[in-house]
Amino acid sequence: MINASLKELSAALATKRISSVELTSLFLDRIDKLNGELNAFITVDPDKSLTLAADADARIAKGDQAPLTGIPVAHKDIFCTKGWLTTCGSRMLANFTSPYSAHVIERFGAAGAVILGKTNMDEFAMGSSTETSFYGPVRNPWDRAFVPGGSSGGSACAVAARLAPAATATDTGGSIRQPAALTGITGLKPTYGVVSRYGMIAFASSLDQGGPMGRSAEDAAMLLNVMAGFDERDSTSLEREAEDYTRDLDRPWEGVSAGRPLSGLRIGIPKEHFGEGLSSDVAQTVDAAVAQFEKLGAKRVGISLPNSGLSVPAYYVIAPAEASSNLSRFDGVRYGYRASEYRDLLDMYCKTRAQGFGAEVKRRILIGTYVLSHGYYDAYYLKAQRIRRLIAQDFVEAFKQCDVVMGPISPTVAFRIGAKASDPVQMYLNDIYTIPANLAGLPGMSIPCGFGENNLPVGLHIVGNYFSEARMLAVAHQYQRATDWHRRMPAGV
Amino acid sequence: MSLSLEEVKRIAHLARIEISDAEAVQTQGQLNDIFCLIEGMRAVDTEGIEPMSHAQDLMLRLREDAVTESDQHRLFQSVAPQVEGGLYLVPKVIE
Amino acid sequence: MLTMDWETVIGLEIHAQLSTTSKMFSGASTQFGAAANAQACAVDIALPGVLPVANKTAVERAIRFGLAVNGNSADNISRRSIFARKSYFYPDLPKGYQISQYELPIIKGGTIPIVLKDGQKRAIRLTRAHLEEDAGKSLHEDFHGMSGIDLNRAGTPLLEIVSEPDMRSGEEAVAYAKAVHSLVRWIDICDGNMQEGSFRCDANVSVRPKGSETLGTRREIKNLNSFRFLQQAIEYEAKWQIETIRDGGTIHQATVLFNPDTGETRAMRSKEDAHDYRYFPDPDLLPLEISDQWIDEVKRSMPDLPSQKFRRFTDELALAPSTAAVIISDRYLSEYFEAAIKDAPREVIRQSANWIAVSTNAKLNERGISITQAPVNPQQFRELIDRIADGTISGKSAKEVDDAMWAGEGTAGEIIERRGLKQISDSGALEAIVAQVIAANPKSVEEYRAGKDKAFNALVGQAMKATRGKGNPAQINEILKKKLAG
Repeated sequence: MINASLKELSAALATKRISSVELTSLFLDRIDKLNGELNAFITVDPDKSLTLAADADARIAKGDQAPLTGIPVAHKDIFCTKGWLTTCGSRMLANFTSPYSAHVIERFGAAGAVILGKTNMDEFAMGSSTETSFYGPVRNPWDRAFVPGGSSGGSACAVAARLAPAATATDTGGSIRQPAALTGITGLKPTYGVVSRYGMIAFASSLDQGGPMGRSAEDAAMLLNVMAGFDERDSTSLEREAEDYTRDLDRPWEGVSAGRPLSGLRIGIPKEHFGEGLSSDVAQTVDAAVAQFEKLGAKRVGISLPNSGLSVPAYYVIAPAEASSNLSRFDGVRYGYRASEYRDLLDMYCKTRAQGFGAEVKRRILIGTYVLSHGYYDAYYLKAQRIRRLIAQDFVEAFKQCDVVMGPISPTVAFRIGAKASDPVQMYLNDIYTIPANLAGLPGMSIPCGFGENNLPVGLHIVGNYFSEARMLAVAHQYQRATDWHRRMPAGV
Repeated sequence: MSLSLEEVKRIAHLARIEISDAEAVQTQGQLNDIFCLIEGMRAVDTEGIEPMSHAQDLMLRLREDAVTESDQHRLFQSVAPQVEGGLYLVPKVIE
Repeated sequence: MLTMDWETVIGLEIHAQLSTTSKMFSGASTQFGAAANAQACAVDIALPGVLPVANKTAVERAIRFGLAVNGNSADNISRRSIFARKSYFYPDLPKGYQISQYELPIIKGGTIPIVLKDGQKRAIRLTRAHLEEDAGKSLHEDFHGMSGIDLNRAGTPLLEIVSEPDMRSGEEAVAYAKAVHSLVRWIDICDGNMQEGSFRCDANVSVRPKGSETLGTRREIKNLNSFRFLQQAIEYEAKWQIETIRDGGTIHQATVLFNPDTGETRAMRSKEDAHDYRYFPDPDLLPLEISDQWIDEVKRSMPDLPSQKFRRFTDELALAPSTAAVIISDRYLSEYFEAAIKDAPREVIRQSANWIAVSTNAKLNERGISITQAPVNPQQFRELIDRIADGTISGKSAKEVDDAMWAGEGTAGEIIERRGLKQISDSGALEAIVAQVIAANPKSVEEYRAGKDKAFNALVGQAMKATRGKGNPAQINEILKKKLAG
């Protein structure tokens, strides 16, 4: 059961081979057994989960079963969940029981899914290793001494360790794709605007997107079907016709069947992503993956994303700027942490925020405050937004020559917990391949494609054109039909 | 771009984050490292390029003017640090 | 006087709460007077994860204002404007930033015509007007030494109207503020209720030697909620600045509060250096685009502007400017007038105008109500004027009828009937009475024929007495003249 796909679980529930209560209990027991060590979950509430599971069973009995009804899903603790502690990995919200639910949570609720728990994350989504969490680091299930990636490390670990069959996560600079890569699972960041941000605690508003994490592209597609869709409460949510993201999964690329299902697919390989800084184990594994795609009929096309090197600097201006503003509401007045001792209002603000936020969050707020401050706005923020357009334009050009762009997700496989914690810049450089898609607003996904140093997972990055998620998932699905990286399970879970 | 200690303290004040002298020194070092990273982009020629704030070139969607929210102050204030008489309490605001 | 060497330069920033049902960026109610925080929804209290969605009617109100200050031309309306975040920390500002507009406001330019007491006309220029959200309220009543925050007002749509520093005296500033106040009520975008805080004025005041081209350092007087205080505060501040400079001091930029009890302005104590608001376009909102089509729709739904009506009343209807000015001081009063004079002949128009400008206006002021609450509707009013014009009642009786109508005693016709106020206009009857009067007053007749005009009035008085005041004076005059002549 713990290795069943979502489709299989749904069928099992439908035929009553298992009930939602049983299924949920199964995962709750695993969490109970393993979470102490892995620290993937911040909050688990068996009573609440089992009540939802019982509701789902009743619904299934009535014949009103949707694809995810009765299926337990773990949610990154960045999604406000009514009645549940929603901490965003921070002391600032350690006491915050959310009075409302995010749009994404509401959609899972409407689908009859079960809330399995809230997963651990880098504080306020700022990090690439889930080491900045107030609740302590998450451990990579492949090797407990290593990080699972971040900021959605808890969700990734939960799925990889089979503590949950599926999870939600968010991606601002790579926070779905990178932990998916480092833990050997599938994660997707949709086109900006496809998933509502209402109730998704904001980090960088123009970059944040919620997305699914699962053990396969097929699972991710089913999850995306629930998560995606217009929400009038989010002004950046796109009003589009509803899509079934599973619709292309079994269709060959160009309608020619069987032997070479990806015949006609042009895979752009950006030369800038295979240069210095990429470790050889990752480079080789990714290259082998592309070769596999070629076996399936695809063609490799060399492309250039000339402004790639500017993406990290631009991102580390834009994201902190927006974050510094988004985090101004955490002031101890209406909810969340408030310092226990202070002299006056000013002191209350300053102590509350100094004590409530961790070091990385404070660093980014300071950077953001600086680049927006008087006299620096043009030179930094505006400049970064211009570079953003250059990066987006690079992709526009690239997609004239290819259908998808592929490459590495991360310069290395997972690193040891604590190895980069003291050097923020080193940490930031992890995001070098994933950030461009966020800046451009393009959909990106990571699928497992092998193992590298220390037998740790390697992920393949797939970036598609705007709104091409269904096609991307199809491409990934064909790869997963021909390989079994996505079915590997870490030892000792 | 190199930040002075004074500037670090000024920004911390703007952001309402208390910072000790020792912390300011450490933060100064880290921020300056980050600014080194950022400097790389400043040299690039972006003459004539429009800043990009969103992926899609869309216009703002407007909402019909109607009351859609009800009084939930009891629920919302159940998570507040200090409330009295329906009001959020803070240290006295000096004009 | 030493102050004659100096010139006071004033610019006003007016915050007008737009008359929408819900807030600028959320669906909470904007109704005044609700219990604390009952109208502060998740978005208004800035819970983690909430997002703003802009109110269409608030934008429409801004478009109306743009048209109204630009003679109905739309070239001061930005077809593309941006919402920006203005950051500062204050307990009544839940997000730690206010959503406002900065570099690209929705309205750029326009003018407000004002008329001063001495009849001088000036056109005060607007720099801009932009949309933003209001903050909540800090209540400083002592809650064990703490302040209480009510966020009901947080998120209410505001139009911030910024003038050029074109005003040169407290009087001009008040004339301008009153004109804007009248205009926003006229075009129905703001109820102008200053006690409830729907209309707030901040004045930027600086002084400079007369003839100088450069502006002095200005201080900003905040939160003036009456026209009287506005003028007092500006005059005090200007005097204080001049005296300070004369004493060798310098003026530092500051935010200043006016104390109505002492009549003085005072810089706020917690003054830091000028705020760094760190403006940047709000990434949760997209550019606001306004189509020509929408502007045309708004234009079509706009009422005639005061200036247009004034021109029509004075040019086409030949009303005296002072009378017309009173009628257009309130849009609903002017509409009342227009409804009343439908298809009316010139004389009725003239009478109606005078009556409304003087009598009706007095009654409204007396009762402290607006014309929309008057117990007499335009049609009923018209009936009264018709009865005056056609001689049914005398001017004197008309006042009595009017008072009775306002007291709810019925229509003009009913009252005239019930109280027997009909003038005697039957020429036969009047001829007879006049003849009797002439016969009974030979001395007056002789004096009149001898050239004493006063004697004529005496005879008229006798005739009026004989009719018990109900004789039609004009007719009596005519008949008497004829009889005495012949």
